[in-house]
Amino acid sequence: MTETTTAPAAPTTVPAPDTPRAAPPRRRRRRVSPGRVLAWAVMILLLLVTLFPFYWMLRTALSSNGALYANSTSLLPVDFSWGGFERVFGLQSTEEAIAQGGSGASIDFWLYLRNSVVVATVVTACQVFFSAMAAYAFSRLRWRGRNVVFGVFLLSLMVPVIFTLLPNFLLVRELGLVDTLLGIMLPGLFMTPFAIFFLRQFFMNVSTEVEEAALIDGASKVRVFFAIIIPMSVGPIATISILTYIGSWNDYFWPLMVSYTDDSRVLTVALGNFNAQTPQTGPDWAGLMAATLVAALPMILLFLVFARRIVNSIGFSGIK
Amino acid sequence: MASPSVRAPGRVGRRDDTRLALLFILPASIGLVAFYFWPLVRGIWLSFTSWDLLSPAEFVGLENYRAMAADPVFWNAVRVTLLYVVINIGLQTVVALVIAVLMQRLSRSTLLRSLVLAPYLVSNVVAALVFLWILDYQLGIGNQVLEWVGLDRIGFFTSEAWAIPTIAVVNVWRHMGYTALLIFAGLQAIPPTTYEAARVDGASEVRTFFGITLPLLRPILGLVLIISVIGSFQVFDTVAVTTNGGPVDASRVLQLYIYDKAFGQFDFGYASALSVAMLLILVVVTFFQYRMTRAGQTDLN
Repeated sequence: MTETTTAPAAPTTVPAPDTPRAAPPRRRRRRVSPGRVLAWAVMILLLLVTLFPFYWMLRTALSSNGALYANSTSLLPVDFSWGGFERVFGLQSTEEAIAQGGSGASIDFWLYLRNSVVVATVVTACQVFFSAMAAYAFSRLRWRGRNVVFGVFLLSLMVPVIFTLLPNFLLVRELGLVDTLLGIMLPGLFMTPFAIFFLRQFFMNVSTEVEEAALIDGASKVRVFFAIIIPMSVGPIATISILTYIGSWNDYFWPLMVSYTDDSRVLTVALGNFNAQTPQTGPDWAGLMAATLVAALPMILLFLVFARRIVNSIGFSGIK
Repeated sequence: MASPSVRAPGRVGRRDDTRLALLFILPASIGLVAFYFWPLVRGIWLSFTSWDLLSPAEFVGLENYRAMAADPVFWNAVRVTLLYVVINIGLQTVVALVIAVLMQRLSRSTLLRSLVLAPYLVSNVVAALVFLWILDYQLGIGNQVLEWVGLDRIGFFTSEAWAIPTIAVVNVWRHMGYTALLIFAGLQAIPPTTYEAARVDGASEVRTFFGITLPLLRPILGLVLIISVIGSFQVFDTVAVTTNGGPVDASRVLQLYIYDKAFGQFDFGYASALSVAMLLILVVVTFFQYRMTRAGQTDLN
């Protein structure tokens, strides 16, 4: 029992003054030691590195292109302007856009945004639902061969997604779905092994008592799934949904393969094309940063709402 | 066949659910077969063919592999990819470990962890574009700062020597917070009593870290490394957006070469052979990593 004096369960205990750096982090009052100051300094430095690019996006997006060339180091927006955002949303006329350093090309940002929303939403909804069904079968239903089939699903974890892209493109092509949103969504619609394992882990731990009571009352196993297992696993289902949504929203390589025209272009692909359509005068940095910011915004908002859930889920989701 | 409905307490619903189960795994099974196993088989098969999508695929045996062995661009791509992985993983692991340990010692606030994770929320494309701007040769704040400090400007994305290290660092920026949270979770699993014991014995911070934290973290660190190395090998987005493989072939990583072969030159057979090479590299690397780190075997008992 070495921790009697520093047990975290008693946070109000006055720390022993003779142990300067020796306390669990829960302590209320503690001596400020040089080591701790240094540690915070490093942490703050790392945070600055982490967050500066976000600020720089915002600062650039709110500047006007002409002024950026003259004041490339000003920490505040130079010659404040909404021009970048206006170009992104097509609120400027072509002449106006070119005059402000834009490419003048009509970028149908709303369309890309809509495509991204459709793809990420449908993929998330279907993938999580179908994965939950499979997870239910692997955790709560009794059937012969369950473990063998589950083992086969386990094997799919070994297949690197990147290896499947090329053959999957060929399949999508044979199905006539190239350059359609359905083609982009298709490979992700059914499941990911990760989602199945993640949800199975939680379904196995749902208490059997409620389920048994329902079964005695004559409920079917299907009803148990919808009325008991899903409602009791809202937390993990939300977590996996958010992670899937973020992943799907940020995906680039696969949509790049499948989409060729605006009909199926998602935001990441549209942004990635930027380098190819740089105007003569040099890149439209203000417009581009405005566009990246708008593209990242939905994820940032999602994160603001669910930060605690996402942050806490990352530990075990990666390891278990 | 069906197990008799034994009415043991706690096993009320015990009966055979085979039909329902098959129904429930049907959609996932379609996905598994159509988009995991079938592409695996097909990709390997295609690597033995010559195919431009227009005419039917023609079996050519090991021809693609022979061509690959003699293809300097392929070997360059392997070299560039390995260089990228080494820089990316080396830097990322060290930085993430520092962040994780600092978080554990300083604060467990959700706010701090959220801020650390923030870059992970943006896509690789967004991260690439932001750094393209920050590190722009003429106007980028990064190069302006270099000039202030009295150094020469660096063509981060435009010089052969800097392209790969720069791309590696951009991806470190995006993933270090995520990796840090994984390691942080591993740190939580180390019982506080071990630290207490070390402290009672008078061990210093540094000694505690190298003597206790790091060895006990090894299994988790091993898993984290395997996950991130596999991810790192698949680098494409950042390269495609910033340098597109250039200057010359200085940043033509394997994935980009595969993409060029398939979608630029419609040489799907050769691209598939390249993919198989990539797959083999991943298998070998993962195997050795697993052996070396003894990932998953804990010392905590």
